[in-house]
Amino acid sequence: MCGIVGIINTDRRKIDGSHIREAIRIQRERGNGLGGGFSAYGIYPENRDKYAFHIMYEGNRHNPVIGQVENFLERKTRVYQSEEIPVYPNERIPRGPHFKRYFVKILEEQINADQTEEDCVVEIVMTINRMGGAFVVSSGKNMGVFKGVGYPEDVADYFRIEDYEAYVWTAHNRFPTNTPGWWGGAHPFTILDKAVVHNGEITSYGTNVRWLEMYGYFCLLQTDTEVISYIYDKLTRKDRLSIRDACYAMAPSLWEEIERENDGKKRTLRQIYGPAVVNGPFGIVLTHDRGAIVLNDRNKLRPVVCAKSGNTFYASSEECSIRLLSPEVDEIWSPRGGEPVIIDLQQEDGKEAA
Amino acid sequence: MGQMNNNWKVVPPFHPEFDLERCDYRNGCTICAHECSFGEIGMKPVKGPDGTVLNRPWANLSSCGACQRCVKMCPRNAIHIECGPMHTSHAYWTPEYVNAIWRQSGARGGVLLVGNGATGPQKRYFDHMMFDACQVTNPSIDPLREPMEIRTYLGRKAQRFGEDMGPQLKLEVPIMFGAMSFGALNLRVHEAEARATRSLGTFWNTGEGGFHKTLRQYGDNTIVQVASGRFGVSEDYLNSAAAVEIKIGQGAKPGIGGHLPGEKVSGEISQTRMIPVGSDALSPAPHHDIYSIEDLRQLIFAIKEAVEYRVPVSVKIAAVHNVAPIASGIARAGADIITIDGFRGGSGATPLQIRQNTGIPIELAIAAADQRLREEGIRQTVSLVASGGIQCSSDVLKAICLGADAVYVGTPVLIALGCGVCQRCFSGKCAYGITTNKPGLAERIDVDDATEALENLLHAWAEEIKELMGSMGIITIEALRGNRDRLRAVGLTDVEMSVLGIKHAGA
Repeated sequence: MCGIVGIINTDRRKIDGSHIREAIRIQRERGNGLGGGFSAYGIYPENRDKYAFHIMYEGNRHNPVIGQVENFLERKTRVYQSEEIPVYPNERIPRGPHFKRYFVKILEEQINADQTEEDCVVEIVMTINRMGGAFVVSSGKNMGVFKGVGYPEDVADYFRIEDYEAYVWTAHNRFPTNTPGWWGGAHPFTILDKAVVHNGEITSYGTNVRWLEMYGYFCLLQTDTEVISYIYDKLTRKDRLSIRDACYAMAPSLWEEIERENDGKKRTLRQIYGPAVVNGPFGIVLTHDRGAIVLNDRNKLRPVVCAKSGNTFYASSEECSIRLLSPEVDEIWSPRGGEPVIIDLQQEDGKEAA
Repeated sequence: MGQMNNNWKVVPPFHPEFDLERCDYRNGCTICAHECSFGEIGMKPVKGPDGTVLNRPWANLSSCGACQRCVKMCPRNAIHIECGPMHTSHAYWTPEYVNAIWRQSGARGGVLLVGNGATGPQKRYFDHMMFDACQVTNPSIDPLREPMEIRTYLGRKAQRFGEDMGPQLKLEVPIMFGAMSFGALNLRVHEAEARATRSLGTFWNTGEGGFHKTLRQYGDNTIVQVASGRFGVSEDYLNSAAAVEIKIGQGAKPGIGGHLPGEKVSGEISQTRMIPVGSDALSPAPHHDIYSIEDLRQLIFAIKEAVEYRVPVSVKIAAVHNVAPIASGIARAGADIITIDGFRGGSGATPLQIRQNTGIPIELAIAAADQRLREEGIRQTVSLVASGGIQCSSDVLKAICLGADAVYVGTPVLIALGCGVCQRCFSGKCAYGITTNKPGLAERIDVDDATEALENLLHAWAEEIKELMGSMGIITIEALRGNRDRLRAVGLTDVEMSVLGIKHAGA
């Protein structure tokens, strides 16, 4: 069991982190104090053109891997800014690993001929994660992830997330059942601009991971959520599937329905992306720089409730979080299993997304 | 004088025992003697209490192979098969080896032939792998309540959407009937396989003996084989089926050809194989136009040209030490499907020493091949079919977890039709009428009954597979393909686990 909440202001209106802190706090029952985390989009407007690497280092500021990572970053990127992420130890979370953030641009000459710039970022993330003792918490532009071991509201206080203003917030309350509770294992998991909060346990993990490995994604954290972010990245960014098709590939309809509709595209998607099909119970909120997706497993084995209120979209494991934030919503519903809810942010100039 | 000759009597390992209290011989029953096609059971006249002569069943102690036909057919349940009587006092020189040497030093001598798959003591890895199941943190799924999907497509998949796909075979059950030729089997068995696979939505394989004209209506569920003898191969033949399989090797006899004796080549078989009546049908050990991987590539594309790229081309190899790089080469040579046949795979006739000592287990072979194809990033471009020693539905699913897309079964098909696995398929005397074309024996197969038996078997296995999947929280079989995470080893070494790519239980 885990709890998730997403607040998506489609008009890109920013709110501070106190709202999401409250929304996840009242789902305390769904976690056990072994993990909490937040993703926030729009928090670094002054550095919006640079990749913001949030990196967690085990131990303290003297961990030698820090030098190793920074040398590597200096070689692959131009580092515009490098700083510690401010933390505020409190009685419930008195200490944690060392967090730093770097705002970087990828050096043109470091991008291989067969790579895009984003492929290069993925490669950098995979390399750092395999150095031992360093872990890229997030790597997108104008966004960041704050997570740790504790109840989510305590993690929120540890990073003082009310100091950040974002137009998309997601939160996670963890009750770990596969990997032990450790800072790197808390949610959200990210790759590039994509962040996933997830309630579930994926029974297809082995198949998904071995498929991803063929395409240069290495799942080192043994968690389902990491796998979902990588699958989504592979499908949408590398294979150029639309969001809807990517969701379909992960949670396809029955063969029987495909035959009934005689839908050649769906048949082919399912044939090709069999190894990307996600089985087992899951409810996820996946956010990216242009919007968000809410997706449930086909059998709807985990709860997810969605709601709309003006330009704000909510998704949550429990309706109470939504009612807390907005007692009167325009619309509230429980999405059907396997049917994605896709939310587009308005473009930055205020227009509807294409 | 002690008798010295070179024809030591081979002591038969089995014989029937009759319970004459139960036996109905007094009323003239002779069913067992009639059913025994190997000449083990005869009727012997004995005097009844009133002086009349009655015929009672009698074991000749000459040729029982424990096929169990008499046992099953006896209406009074008056027969059972005893093992023995031969024992040796020497623990190392078991009857198996002693009898073999007696046979080989005898007048008939020569290479010992056997049917069916290897019987040796090598580890059955399937038994050392346990499935995972859901408890608490994720729910198991009840297959009676939720749809469980086991449909599988075989054929080359695109690496990503938008790229070309190869032609696909649609299997409603990830189990196909493996290659067993017309000649080795009779036409009735082929017809039962064809009809059952049509109703089940899967495929059967003709083997190398051609595709009988009367069965071509089942072409959509048929895979035709091109083996080294090229029997029955014509443009029509290639175009009559849903897929074409090039047979390079067979698990029961890797590197060995085949031989259908001339006396089995009757009119129908002669026509289907396209060889003269009475001539020996010899399949050379290698294809004499394939001495290298580039030659194989030419044959694959010659066939693809002949079928105008409409149907997938499969290549079947025996599981040998170097199976992983060979599989990679075959994938790169353009095959759409690779079938790997483990050393336990069956055969109508194979030299005993080859069967027992050549090849490797399918579990290790499929795991190694799947891993290699993934390391090279080409797993999507080819489907893997595991065969050779699949004994039950959990074997099917374990093979899939290790990386197979589907499996072939051969021996289970025969067993479903009655076969007692007596290893004498080559004799032409099969008491069940399966591996014989002899009039009087072949008719023992009733095509309707045989079809139903095969349908029942695959339905049962499909249900069991769904139960297993449900317990693991899996609703689509593709989520289990290559999912070694859901298997754990019990009692395997580090090396074995590293080849299989699985962890030990508790780890």
